[in-house]
Amino acid sequence: MSRKLSLGLAVNEALHIAMETDPDVILMGEDVAGGGLREGDGIDEMGGVLGTTRGLVKSFPDRVLDTPISEMGIVGTAVGAAMTGMRPVVELMFIDFLGTCLDPLLNQAAKLRYMLGGKARIPLTVRTVTGAGMQAAAQHSQSLYWMTAGIPGLKTVIPSNPADAKGLLLAAIRDDNPVIFCEAKLVLGATGEVPEGDYEVPIGKANLVREGSDVSLIGFGGTVPICLKAAKQLADEGIDADVLDLRSLSPLDEEAILTTLAKTGRVVIVDESTPRSSVASDVAALCVDQGFDSLQTPVRRVTAPHSPVPFSRPLEQAYLPTAARVIEAVRSQG
Amino acid sequence: MDLTREQLLEAYRKMRMIRAFEEKLGDLVTAGKMGGFMHLYAGEEAVAVGVCTHLGQVDTVASTHRGHGHCIAKGVDVSAMMAELFGRATGCSKGKGGSMHIADVDKGMLGANGIVGAGIPLATGAALTAKLKKTGGVSVAFFGDGASNQGAFHESLNMAANWKLPALYVVENNGFGEFTPTEFVVPVKDIAVRATSYAMKSLIADGMDFFDVYEKTGEALEHCRSGQGPVLLECKTYRFAGHFVGDPLVYRSKEEAEDWIQNRDPLDNFEEHVLEASLVDVDDLRRIDLEVQEELTAAVEAAEAAPFPGLEEITTDVYCTAGEGA
Repeated sequence: MSRKLSLGLAVNEALHIAMETDPDVILMGEDVAGGGLREGDGIDEMGGVLGTTRGLVKSFPDRVLDTPISEMGIVGTAVGAAMTGMRPVVELMFIDFLGTCLDPLLNQAAKLRYMLGGKARIPLTVRTVTGAGMQAAAQHSQSLYWMTAGIPGLKTVIPSNPADAKGLLLAAIRDDNPVIFCEAKLVLGATGEVPEGDYEVPIGKANLVREGSDVSLIGFGGTVPICLKAAKQLADEGIDADVLDLRSLSPLDEEAILTTLAKTGRVVIVDESTPRSSVASDVAALCVDQGFDSLQTPVRRVTAPHSPVPFSRPLEQAYLPTAARVIEAVRSQG
Repeated sequence: MDLTREQLLEAYRKMRMIRAFEEKLGDLVTAGKMGGFMHLYAGEEAVAVGVCTHLGQVDTVASTHRGHGHCIAKGVDVSAMMAELFGRATGCSKGKGGSMHIADVDKGMLGANGIVGAGIPLATGAALTAKLKKTGGVSVAFFGDGASNQGAFHESLNMAANWKLPALYVVENNGFGEFTPTEFVVPVKDIAVRATSYAMKSLIADGMDFFDVYEKTGEALEHCRSGQGPVLLECKTYRFAGHFVGDPLVYRSKEEAEDWIQNRDPLDNFEEHVLEASLVDVDDLRRIDLEVQEELTAAVEAAEAAPFPGLEEITTDVYCTAGEGA
């Protein structure tokens, strides 16, 4: 059985299941309860700034912890709790706030197991909202998953649809490693069929969401619908596209990338983030390095420009990758 | 005082071991036999041992870049520590962590830390675990006066006080943040006053006096363990050897250092106290001194004879695979 849910509600459902099935799972973050335990007429909970965690504090009053606005303290404390037997899920309201809490992720969570010679586990999940599309401007719209994906010891996943969001989040919470779970604004409100019950989507496995043979469009998170839209328009021109949803940025499903490349000989990577040191550049390098013999055309990347995210609506829209730009990139391959 | 003769001798053994361990490391690094950044704990022994004498298996400790003393005080095997510092496969972290990350989670020692102040939130998280799982344990964060200027300190204390966590924050105020005298960068005389901002209990101890640290820690832990929340304990101390091995020590006078070393040595203080009160025999102390030296000599020999980790270890332990324990 399945029903239509938004990605946010699918995340909420996954959190409920994770907390029901494991008493060590705790939820920490700014406003995750948000007044949920306050008494009084007309008072209700916020359940996070976007309402994603609504209802959880009522079901698990001891395990949903509203924190002060102290990202370093929240994430650092969660790492310590993870190291000693809890399975914390932290909400980092926007990935842009990584600037205030990078150390507990970069130097603690990511490295403790290694530095201790394998004698520690850090089963930590950091849920965070990424990307542009809400006119949230330069400090609330970045797609910084390339930073966490580049740090050995961390895993980074980014679902493109509600069903994957639920399964990936359950897998992330149950993973014994620190996982950064990205909720892209472009797809956060999108609805889709979500299976009921408890299931996991494996971390590190890409998903071929459309099959074609002429070109491989590779996207993740908010760029998957863009790839699908482009694929549909390309089909009208007689160009049949494979669309690969990476789902996991680290570990990266290199086999799936090289398989679609071998099939089509032609790759366009669509990434919402800035282009330098990006996932798009990483995938392009993989294609050239290990798939060179299959390549029939140059690899193209469709990304944001090397600039902060602008506020003004037409500027923000032009900043983001679009299906038109994807099609243009395909055509430019000749 | 509630310590038995055996406990006193054990405390002395640990303090003597820390001193001898650090002196040995100083020699080994200076002789070029051991690499890495090495921050020695000599002079501060009464703090680690005074606090850890109160701790049991269920209690955890998070430490600093100056972490060997906390390890020894918490019961980490000295031989495994020495092998770790030599970068050998037999080290407590397979030679992959070294001095700044020395740890033994099985002993409740969550690790030294190369980032100043970073252990404080980790200890706060361990205290949260203790509270949620009702283990009855407390979590201790050791850190320096320098770390008390980090945001991580203030954010952690605020959260711990708000949640009434069983956490003890031990600031080892040795008068210097690296090479800068504390009074040049901190506007308050006592770090302990910072607890007031978080409605938190605080205490100040003479960090050169084992018995004062032991007594104040006892009072603090009674508070923590009875659910009244965290405590900030400031121990006034001095590092005998400078910030790191090789520190030219140009920023402090010889007279100042000599005064602490000659007149306030925590081992001398301890010995005077226990002998005056006839709590132990001087022969016991000298016997321990010899045993400590023998244990250390054996640890160095074993470490030097042990193999380095295989090169395949470069990429192991980065991730935990499913079902793999800690």
